[in-house]
Amino acid sequence: MSRTTTQVLVLVLLLSGTFGLATLLQPRAEAWNRRGDSGSVINVLLGDSRRLFANQAFTEADVYFHSGYYPSIFDQTEAPTNSHHMTAQEGSAEEEAHEKQMNFLSKPRDWVERFGRHFEITQHTHLESGNEREILPWLELSAELDPQRIDTYTVASFWLRNRLGKVAEAEAFLREGMRNNPKSYEILFELGRLYNENYQDHNRARHVWELALRRWQESEPQAKNPDLIGQEAILIQLARLEEKGGNLGQAITYLEMAARTSPSPAVLRQQIAELKLKLAGSVTNLSKVPSAD
Amino acid sequence: MNTVFALATVVVKELYRRKDFYVLFILTALVTVLMGSVSFFHDAKIARYLKEICLLLVWVSALVIAIGASARQIPSERENRTIFPLLAKPVTRWQVVLGKFTGCWLACGLALLMFYVFFGVISGSRTGHWPLAQYLQVLWLHWVMLGVVVAMVLCGSVIFAAPSSNATICFIVVTGILLLGRHLNQVALREPEPLSSVLYAIYFLIPHLEWYDVRDFVIFDHALIGWGSCALATLYAAAYTGLLLFAAWLVFRRKPLNL
Repeated sequence: MSRTTTQVLVLVLLLSGTFGLATLLQPRAEAWNRRGDSGSVINVLLGDSRRLFANQAFTEADVYFHSGYYPSIFDQTEAPTNSHHMTAQEGSAEEEAHEKQMNFLSKPRDWVERFGRHFEITQHTHLESGNEREILPWLELSAELDPQRIDTYTVASFWLRNRLGKVAEAEAFLREGMRNNPKSYEILFELGRLYNENYQDHNRARHVWELALRRWQESEPQAKNPDLIGQEAILIQLARLEEKGGNLGQAITYLEMAARTSPSPAVLRQQIAELKLKLAGSVTNLSKVPSAD
Repeated sequence: MNTVFALATVVVKELYRRKDFYVLFILTALVTVLMGSVSFFHDAKIARYLKEICLLLVWVSALVIAIGASARQIPSERENRTIFPLLAKPVTRWQVVLGKFTGCWLACGLALLMFYVFFGVISGSRTGHWPLAQYLQVLWLHWVMLGVVVAMVLCGSVIFAAPSSNATICFIVVTGILLLGRHLNQVALREPEPLSSVLYAIYFLIPHLEWYDVRDFVIFDHALIGWGSCALATLYAAAYTGLLLFAAWLVFRRKPLNL
């Protein structure tokens, strides 16, 4: 056998070997992908530790939201434990509580600390006038690392659609969140708000919120600490929509459901009473209309 | 003084003959440009994450250059036996220490200038504004801090046996101060005696290098730090630099030069 033929045969042997190995490894590689819930290499490499990194990326988004003013692990006060302050309205109770929580800098204990304050960020501010975009890379990274972290999608969507005018991007990101978390009522609620407030597509918003309510009813009542505030938010939005559409009876039903579990039911009961009066008035008016006969 | 500058010039020339700076600069530029090419939600104006990554790389590179360059100065002179003709010039040992320090510090300054020009171009091209006074302030504080680091490493190089061990120890100490220095008093207060007093003593003894890390002011577009505070911080760093150089000279003047 000539030398060239031997070389070609060795090459063919190697090729068949690699082909055989590929057929053997391909199904395993697919199994790795399924185990990681997504096909990304990060999931295969990091495993469950990616959730820790995702939390860190989300915290980094919060640090950016506060323009670098953030408690360290050594500070007495703990860092914010949830993301509600990131989407809270100015002047709301949540915002006030957050202001108190972020007042973590105590009086300097010595001259080193006092002088060092000149080189630290010591003012509590939040991003504004379009700079909110700066938190987005961290939120995207957080979603990439942990696609099951719901907050990431809802917070990113809030800023994208409310402050940055990127409604299409917000919708796409929420839909990505839906693909990764098909049972999440929070993402559906946010998607409904997007349709209602940004696209003015009230009919679609209603369907999405109804689905959100069903998802809540499927998962939360069995939970140890059901998210009653989440349910109330969905019900109130649905009630507003029904009221706007003239379906006062349905609006009352939703508000009554909300009042049953609400931490402050008095306001809701008053709204129910007002709607009932309105409904009674419209029925009386209808009965006063002379018949065509 | 001419002798000191002559020695310093040799050190600066050594820096641009070696490949350390070029490798670190290219790596920094490559990583920054790669990160800058990533698009988030089709928004081209997002810049702060890029500024943070670039400045982090600048800080790491500057520390590597400062510690790496300073750690080998005196040991290599002894190893190559060039210290003997140098001291026979006549050059005093104090001039050797001061010349090596000046050279390393100037070399770090040149490297920093290149890094910050690159950072300024990247940041300005993204955000469209050029806060030159702030860049100057950050660069100055960074350079002043590197002066303390260079003096610390030079002092280490006459104490520790090998440049590698000196560089490793100094790198750990500097990183430790940068990460924990600010919080050491809080940690001390939570510990029982006598550990609390020991920690508090360390807190007052260490040079507070973390003051000079004002990257957040640039990343988050905060206002300038008061120039008075900068001047006081410079005096503080100068005091520590002088102290460490004096300590280096005290050890070096009685040290046998034969290996």
